[in-house]
Amino acid sequence: MTSSPESIFSPDSPQARAIVSLWTVNFVVCALIFTVVAAMVAVGLCYFRGRPGDADPKQVAENRRIEVAWLCGPVAIVALLFVLNLRAMARSDPPPSGPDDLEVIGHQWWWEIRDLRAGIVTANEVHIPVGRPVSVRLDTADVLHEFWVPRLTRKMTAVPLAGNHIWIEADHPGIYRGVCSEFCGTEHAWMRVMVVAQPPAEFAAWEKAQERAAAAPSGEAADGLRLMRSMTCVNCHAIRGLAPGGTAGPDLTHFASRRTFGSGVLANTPANLRRWLADPQKIKPGVKMPDFNLKPAQLDALVACLESLR
Amino acid sequence: MSGAAPALPAAPSILTPEEQAHRRLVWISTVDHKRIGILYLVFALVFFAVGGLEALFIRLQLAAPNNTLLSPDTFNALFTLHGTTMIFLVVMPAVFGLVNYCLPLMIGARDMAFPRLNALSVWLVLFGGALLYFCVLTGPPTMGWFAYAPLSETPYTPSLGVDYWIVALLALGIGSVATGINFITTVLCLRAPGMTLRRLPLFVWINFVNAFIVILALPVLNAGLIMLLMDRRLGTHFFLAREGGSPVLWQHIFWGFGHPEVYILALPAFGIVSEIIPVFARKPIFGYGFVASSSVAIGILSFGVWAHHMFTVGMGHAAENFFAIASMLIAIPTGVKVLNWSATLIGGRIRMDVPLLYCVAFLIQFTIGGLSGVTHAEVALDWQTKNSYYLVAHFHYVAVGGIFFALLAGLHYWFPKITGRMLDDRLGRLGFWLFVVGFNATFMIQHVLGFMGMPRRVYTYPDLPGWHWMNLLSTCGAGVMAVASLVLLWNIARSLRRGRPAGDNPWEAWTLEWATTSPPPAHNFERLPEVRGRRPLWDLAHPERPDPPTPSGDIVAPDHTRAAVWCLIASEAAFFGVLLLVFVFFNISPPAGPNSRNSLELGRTLAFSLCLFLSSFTLWRSEAAERRGQRRRMAAWLGLTILLGLVFIVGQGREYLGLFHRGIGFGTNLFSSSFYILTGFHGLHVCAGLIALLIALGLSLSGELRRRGASPLGAIGLYWHFVDAVWVFVLATVYVLPRLL
Repeated sequence: MTSSPESIFSPDSPQARAIVSLWTVNFVVCALIFTVVAAMVAVGLCYFRGRPGDADPKQVAENRRIEVAWLCGPVAIVALLFVLNLRAMARSDPPPSGPDDLEVIGHQWWWEIRDLRAGIVTANEVHIPVGRPVSVRLDTADVLHEFWVPRLTRKMTAVPLAGNHIWIEADHPGIYRGVCSEFCGTEHAWMRVMVVAQPPAEFAAWEKAQERAAAAPSGEAADGLRLMRSMTCVNCHAIRGLAPGGTAGPDLTHFASRRTFGSGVLANTPANLRRWLADPQKIKPGVKMPDFNLKPAQLDALVACLESLR
Repeated sequence: MSGAAPALPAAPSILTPEEQAHRRLVWISTVDHKRIGILYLVFALVFFAVGGLEALFIRLQLAAPNNTLLSPDTFNALFTLHGTTMIFLVVMPAVFGLVNYCLPLMIGARDMAFPRLNALSVWLVLFGGALLYFCVLTGPPTMGWFAYAPLSETPYTPSLGVDYWIVALLALGIGSVATGINFITTVLCLRAPGMTLRRLPLFVWINFVNAFIVILALPVLNAGLIMLLMDRRLGTHFFLAREGGSPVLWQHIFWGFGHPEVYILALPAFGIVSEIIPVFARKPIFGYGFVASSSVAIGILSFGVWAHHMFTVGMGHAAENFFAIASMLIAIPTGVKVLNWSATLIGGRIRMDVPLLYCVAFLIQFTIGGLSGVTHAEVALDWQTKNSYYLVAHFHYVAVGGIFFALLAGLHYWFPKITGRMLDDRLGRLGFWLFVVGFNATFMIQHVLGFMGMPRRVYTYPDLPGWHWMNLLSTCGAGVMAVASLVLLWNIARSLRRGRPAGDNPWEAWTLEWATTSPPPAHNFERLPEVRGRRPLWDLAHPERPDPPTPSGDIVAPDHTRAAVWCLIASEAAFFGVLLLVFVFFNISPPAGPNSRNSLELGRTLAFSLCLFLSSFTLWRSEAAERRGQRRRMAAWLGLTILLGLVFIVGQGREYLGLFHRGIGFGTNLFSSSFYILTGFHGLHVCAGLIALLIALGLSLSGELRRRGASPLGAIGLYWHFVDAVWVFVLATVYVLPRLL
């Protein structure tokens, strides 16, 4: 269970660990209660099995003392769990303080990530520096979505205009996968997200690279850019420095630097990208990006252009 | 009976020979509670096949990662329909069927209080089911059975299937409320001599409590559904955030119904188990008082826990903690019940027949579901596991491992009474073990999948370590359950024709339904045994050592119709309560544009309100005149009442026209939407009351009332006064308070 890349039992942040330690207590308590019930049933079935012709047993209808004890037991257990829960809540979800670092916006069916300090816009990949709690505001462009990265933090719904808040923190560098966990329509299954935790220096370098506008491409890639402009790609997708404006689809300024696309549906390789552009509806049925019926030469140009956006 | 002979003695048949000749008409026209109960069970079985097939396709699609068997929207439609079908068209009808059949028998009654209303309810199930599955022609609903806004709104799910889903649930909801009213009235008014409330079988007790939850919870859903339908078809924005509405409000309303609904499904299961375990342990239930009173506690608490479904929408820690406490409190009476059932087994002479096997499985599986429920009540844990497969596992352990298993226990237990024939024991055991293995294989592993981060409601998933084999195992389990279902169906079909005749009381049980023949005659009992305790047939069989006497008392049975109208009033009060709260919610800070202060005329409204209030007085005079036998005076006062009611309706109509002329329509802003829905539904109720009054007037003028003896005026009067009382609240909330604040 702990080997899974998304298990809540391999936490890597103080917030997620606080919840796991509450789980440990719960497993013990639940196991105890279950044992009591199962034992009562087992004793009943093993020792008090009737045989045909048996006389009726003693007709015991109640025992007030035992019943009151039963009432007190669960009350005590519930009180204990509630207090522990209060502690876990405070530790795993401290109140927001100071300005938010990131805004994560759910779209049908991808995540827009806005770095509010550096002014970076990217998609489906949340970059954070290791060891520092990052303050995140959640929003949505359409329906409800829910941000859930099990190893790092609690889940939280993105409710329009509500400004819900979470902290994200990672103790170690690495990639932490997550999902949208609130049903949000056709492609809810492919609305995955990843948190990339980097050592501070590496994170700073990443941030710096992302702040740069896209450089003008050359050769085949320049043909691709022309296609993007003429075939309405840029109505939805922005490329900062080359084709600003579109906000309906993911920002492509540094597309090639991302690990996946389509919100996790494919790894970001030229071959996959070609498949995707050839027919996005086949790979992610229902996705808002239409099939443009591109010819092979056009596909080559577009892939070249997108691969140049490092 | 040996049962070995090839030519079995004929068991009594459900239909008499004359009825056999035109059996279709018999079933369609019946108002007999037993046949209506059977109809419910048959409908439940049919829809169980449908919902089960949907589940099977869901599991097939999830058997392998990146599977393309189903398209995403087909999958989404399947889980929407699966949830809706199983809850509203399988478990509720199955529960209502068993209660319909057994409740009058158990209290020694001839039938339900309102047999024709009962028939309406059962046919509304079929009608609702037909409306829901009409979506096969219009495009299915794909928004999930919880229909969270804004996804369920037209911009995001334009399919007509959502609208059919809404009207289907409205039809089913109205039918359920009628059933609830019928149950309550039957228990209150039709108990046999000696059957005091403290001697009621637990199945009756628990379903009596449950009927109150039904009549109070369903109207909450109905109010929400109507608002959603208005959003979709009349241009209002109750649940659209950017237009001033609130998607979270939908969740409050939906779960305000939805969590009581969980207990609507679960309590009858508790009732079944509380009947069966004692019979097969050969001793009375351990702690009757605790089991009965904990049901009342659950009923009350069930209305205070809804927001534990909403721990991740950002309500804030304080509100979350309130609902966490309430939810954990409800675990206490539930836990006590489990201990009582287990303790009933201890010290018994247990007979391991099929009904008991299902009860034992219920005990173990429901305990697991209950414990994982407690972990969901702990907010911090819920923050991780909500909307994951851990949650799916949890509620299936409650709904299938608990409720469904209890229903099967009940089916095996009462089948002999209903049909006069036993179910086959060998097939019964085979089906039981297949269900146990299939169920646990399907859902146990889903706990782990949830821990590993698999979200629910996904049509596919990437090939992450472990996910494939776990999902495959779960799918195989579903296959085993499908086989188990076939065995069950085969057993039923076979036993109906060739089952061993059951006799009156094959299980040697102690409640009244076993005191008559199997199946019982149309009038239920030739003669009733004397009821001196909770187990009349035990007392009959053991006159030397009867149960210790329970306090006796005279049964004060209220008037049928009045009792039913009071139930209706309670139900309607819940409905208007929701609409009033919605109005307050949206107008506590007046929205931009039209609002109470700048758009409503207080003076004119006060004038026509006065007419409405006066009409209560005139109706009261009319009732008084009727009691004194002054027919003419009664008709005069009644006519005046109708006139005053008409003045009110005309006044309200003029107000609406004026508002329309000023361009204030349904969807202008949240004030206008919440104003129209509240006053509009009140107006509809006034109209319904007017129609009832007109009928009463017509009957009294034609002399029909006197010939019938019983007068409906008292019941109509109650309803009319209630409608006036609602207007007091509406007037204060909509017209007066906003001016003072």
